[in-house]
Amino acid sequence: MDELYRDQILEHYKRPHNFGHLDDPDLEFEDTNPFCGDEQHVTIRLDEEGRVAEIAFDGKGCAISTAATSLLTDELVGKTREELLRLPKDFVLELLGIEISATRMKCAMLGLKIVKSASLGQPAEWEDEGETGDPSEAVADLG
Amino acid sequence: MEPVSAKSPTAAPFSIEKVRSAFPALEREVHGQPVAYLDSGASSQRVLASIQSVDRYERRHHSNVHRGSHTLSAEATEAYEGARATVADHIGAADRREVIFVRNATEAINLVARAWGDANVGPGDRIVLTEIEHHSNIVPWQQLAERVGAEIDWVPIDGEGLLDMEALAGLLERGPKLVAVTHVSNVLGTEPPLAEISRLAHEAGALVLVDGAQAVAKLPLDIAELGVDFYALTGHKLYGPTGIGALWGRLELLREMPPFLGGGSMIRKVAREGTTYADVPARFEAGTPAIAQAIGMASALRWLDGLGMEAVRRHELEIADYALERLATVPGLRIFGPPRGPERLGPVSFEIEGIHAHDVSEILDRHGVAVRAGHHCAQPLMDHFGIAATARASFGVYTTTEEIDRLLDGLEDARKVFGL
Repeated sequence: MDELYRDQILEHYKRPHNFGHLDDPDLEFEDTNPFCGDEQHVTIRLDEEGRVAEIAFDGKGCAISTAATSLLTDELVGKTREELLRLPKDFVLELLGIEISATRMKCAMLGLKIVKSASLGQPAEWEDEGETGDPSEAVADLG
Repeated sequence: MEPVSAKSPTAAPFSIEKVRSAFPALEREVHGQPVAYLDSGASSQRVLASIQSVDRYERRHHSNVHRGSHTLSAEATEAYEGARATVADHIGAADRREVIFVRNATEAINLVARAWGDANVGPGDRIVLTEIEHHSNIVPWQQLAERVGAEIDWVPIDGEGLLDMEALAGLLERGPKLVAVTHVSNVLGTEPPLAEISRLAHEAGALVLVDGAQAVAKLPLDIAELGVDFYALTGHKLYGPTGIGALWGRLELLREMPPFLGGGSMIRKVAREGTTYADVPARFEAGTPAIAQAIGMASALRWLDGLGMEAVRRHELEIADYALERLATVPGLRIFGPPRGPERLGPVSFEIEGIHAHDVSEILDRHGVAVRAGHHCAQPLMDHFGIAATARASFGVYTTTEEIDRLLDGLEDARKVFGL
């Protein structure tokens, strides 16, 4: 069995969860993977307490980026903006449950980066290459 | 595969085994299999003759060029200027002073956009680009247009990726200053009719700059016959080192152009009151150049000349034809660019329905097959086709039909992994 393309990944690639677009979202952001031009657009609706009530994403991407965002968006309902910003890279890697090489790390992290940017209302700046990056750093800018 | 005999009387018959033995990197394995390197369009492997000439220079002859009269400096200068003469010979330049060493084709184009563009393009002037250009032949012109307030027009392509020559004629009626066009598309393998484009552009009073990054390793080149004004090339796509390329320009144009970068070597005299500049090519080669790399690029060109560029071109056409024939049999596979044909060069870009290009390339890599996935630095072209990325197999003098067969096996595995 293929380690990278195990059934769970392919299942989420072919039938991604939360795939679509929310009208009148409270938070939204879209971004691209500059190496390949892949795009994702995330829309989020918050409840009265400011927690994620609904989340959706659409766009075009590879198996890794699509599955990663599909898996990620399954876990975000009920989280506050600050909690979204504190999500570490490992959160996505553990959901994926596979070894991600340095060349595919940008694919795996695209959705998380967009969720953080949506929470922040501006591009979340964090080092997303190699092992050193910590997306939770983005929280510092939250007003 | 069958050895192909060369027509050129000076060249030895083209033997694929002999060619492959000249590339040490082809001996290595990737994931337990001999590498099938189908990414020469991004960067070709280094030919041994070039590696050895760089090594020899670094070990025995290195010194700074054009400085001092000691033996090592004289040897380095002779080798460096000899490299310039080799480039001039290879491309059919009338005068070796028309060859300026730069870092790569990108820098060559930036040099023209800065030195010629800033002096000759003004507010409201127009520059014509084509939809198949690499970012390196787009961004410098957009930057120029922004600096001086010029406008950019785009020549569209048809469904197969061929330039719409009627549209070009229409755009030329608007009196552009320059037409910038690639010699061979790095995505579609198409070769725009440069001689005709030059003739039309010149009739309209425009100059023509050609991005030859892909072409120089594939095609015989005669600058005079093409009739263009500037030509950019890069060493690492023609089996030589990175960090070296060349700009060819018409002598009378280069002489009129102000310097690009300032510094040592490019001056005639520096005084506190001001500086006068050296004649070409030194005017455009500020600072200590990439001496060893220039020698390495020239050595690779000499090696190609030994094969004969007609034979090299025929090999490219044969491999592209075989790849197009085989890929057409893969279910759900869409090829971008023209179908099989006598003039259809590589690369071959494709997508498979249901598998993203990144995933295609990842699975091929496990079979030891190296292809590129992505937008290939040609996002306006990707927009034209309404896609974000393709997989691309690009070829070199060392590419074999067996490697194309391995590409096909890998694609079959990719379809299996994705349950197609």
